[in-house]
Amino acid sequence: MTVAVDPALAADARRERRFFLSLSLPALFIVGLAAILPILWIIRQSFLTTGGEYTVGNYEKVLSSGLTWSALATTVELSLGTLAVCILLGTPLALALASARPRVANVLMAFVMLPLWTSILVRTYGWLVLLRRDGLINAALTGSGLTAEPLPLVYNFTGTLIGMVHYMLPLFLLPVYAAMRDIDANLIRAAASMGATLGQVVRTVILPLSAGGIFSGSTIVFIYTIGFFITPAVLGGGKVNPLSIRIERTLSTFQDWGSASVLGILLLVLMALIGVMFLAARRLMTRNKVGVAHA
Amino acid sequence: MMKSLSITIDSVRKAYGSYVALDDVSLGIQAGEFLTLLGPSGSGKTTLLMALAGFVRPDSGKVLLGDRDITRLAPNKRDIGIVFQNYALFPHMNVLANVEYPLALRKTPRAEARQRAFDTLARVKLEGLSERSIAALSGGQRQRVALARAIVFEPRVMLMDEPLSALDKNLRETMQYEIRRLHDDLGITTIYVTHDQREALIMSDRIAVMNCGRIQQIDTPQRIYDRPSTRFVAEFMGEANIMAPGSVRRIDGSEALRETLMIRAESFHLDAKLVGRDGVALEGILRAKAFRGENWLLTLTLDGGQEVLVCIPAALAGGCAELAVDQRLTAYAPAAKVHAIPGAIA
Repeated sequence: MTVAVDPALAADARRERRFFLSLSLPALFIVGLAAILPILWIIRQSFLTTGGEYTVGNYEKVLSSGLTWSALATTVELSLGTLAVCILLGTPLALALASARPRVANVLMAFVMLPLWTSILVRTYGWLVLLRRDGLINAALTGSGLTAEPLPLVYNFTGTLIGMVHYMLPLFLLPVYAAMRDIDANLIRAAASMGATLGQVVRTVILPLSAGGIFSGSTIVFIYTIGFFITPAVLGGGKVNPLSIRIERTLSTFQDWGSASVLGILLLVLMALIGVMFLAARRLMTRNKVGVAHA
Repeated sequence: MMKSLSITIDSVRKAYGSYVALDDVSLGIQAGEFLTLLGPSGSGKTTLLMALAGFVRPDSGKVLLGDRDITRLAPNKRDIGIVFQNYALFPHMNVLANVEYPLALRKTPRAEARQRAFDTLARVKLEGLSERSIAALSGGQRQRVALARAIVFEPRVMLMDEPLSALDKNLRETMQYEIRRLHDDLGITTIYVTHDQREALIMSDRIAVMNCGRIQQIDTPQRIYDRPSTRFVAEFMGEANIMAPGSVRRIDGSEALRETLMIRAESFHLDAKLVGRDGVALEGILRAKAFRGENWLLTLTLDGGQEVLVCIPAALAGGCAELAVDQRLTAYAPAAKVHAIPGAIA
């Protein structure tokens, strides 16, 4: 059976949809101007010589350089390392926050969010003060006799990782916390009533149901850390050189816009690859989410 | 048949700040009994249930399962099956995985667990749905999965927290009989929480009526309905007319009755011949009448000013269709249906 549609009402519905779509125009305009155009420009730039002629030489030069591949490796290592530490520290923290009484949770949350309100430069230099050879932490370690020599905590990979984790942890935590807080308390009670220990409740109910949040948090960590610049620049002491630092150096030292553009595109490809991997993993997870009772 | 246990609740108190949720509650439940905690919201019935389950820690008092003091035992060691109000099914597992869950926790061998889960699903009439995801189930089906999951590990006690409140009326009535039948088959001690007095009357061996953190009366459904021990129970269980002492005379005109009386609306007749000589007669003006399908509800204003509800079965010859508002009526109630509320002072 078909029902005749009143053309006037249909036109009203279309007008309404168009109006709501039009609300996205300003944002689309800004994204187009601020993201798409520069990317197109960078792609063009990567194919030009300093003289302005068309070439694939930039790609040959950059991709054949060992520095590029070690920078790529460093970028991935820093991102994965930050992500691993965020998951290991952030998931239990989110669990603690989600199960705390609301008052306590608010206070703890304020502490977690505090770093976000401080400039990253200030925070990074703050870590320098703490982690230096003669910094507070080493002074405490050697002073108390725990270590004979000051530990190399900064101007290396460790220091960079500490700084990056410090920056990313709140951003990782928020979606995980939100997901855990949304879990119906009765699910946890139900599991307990059937005999689940705390560990079994976490493994069989809380973690599977907050996997979406852990995924979102991980995506955020990856997207941010892949382009991290200030933290490795300050805390890496020249020894930790991810792609972002290579790009900056290529530009400031050699004014080589072509090679810098190729490096930028490399970064972009890396991000896209990881994005696709995350999406694929997520789809796999939602498809397999049923049928896993065994604790 | 599983071995079910008795429950003893001994002087349990629980306060949240100045709010007393459970005020010195004592209650004995026999092994295999179906007991309903009935009361309005905020009466403490769910708090009491959660104290039995171990999710609420009493401030004082004891909870015994059989002879064993479980007051301080962790919820996961109590071996109690619970059906929650919103079912609390695991959304990330399918039907079978939900029902196998308690068995998996107990390290039941996989084949045996699967067999028991299938048997239990058949028992609650869910054969063929084991691979469904929870999101794809109707409310009634979810209810059945929750039941299956609560009984599959053969707990010695089952607690149910308003399990039918989310279902529509017809389905609710079907499930009431099914839950009761399941209880009778398994012989499992069951404590059932509801605010629906009809549900309590239909399902229970005994009903404990709660109000303001106290148990008002524990008795069989019939005695709770016909012989309420407090005014609250009288009014909560159905349409009750509470008559002040001295306000009602016997039909034979002798002495005024000196107790607080309760007469259920449906205990009245309009035809004096049906009553016999012993009973009470109330005379007043018909203020309103409402047809409710199976019966008529009449509102009478007595000469003293009190309003009385009278419920007349629609099936009775003549019915009430031709009664006129503002006409005078006399309602008779047989003596057997006039209940004196003990100790009530109005």
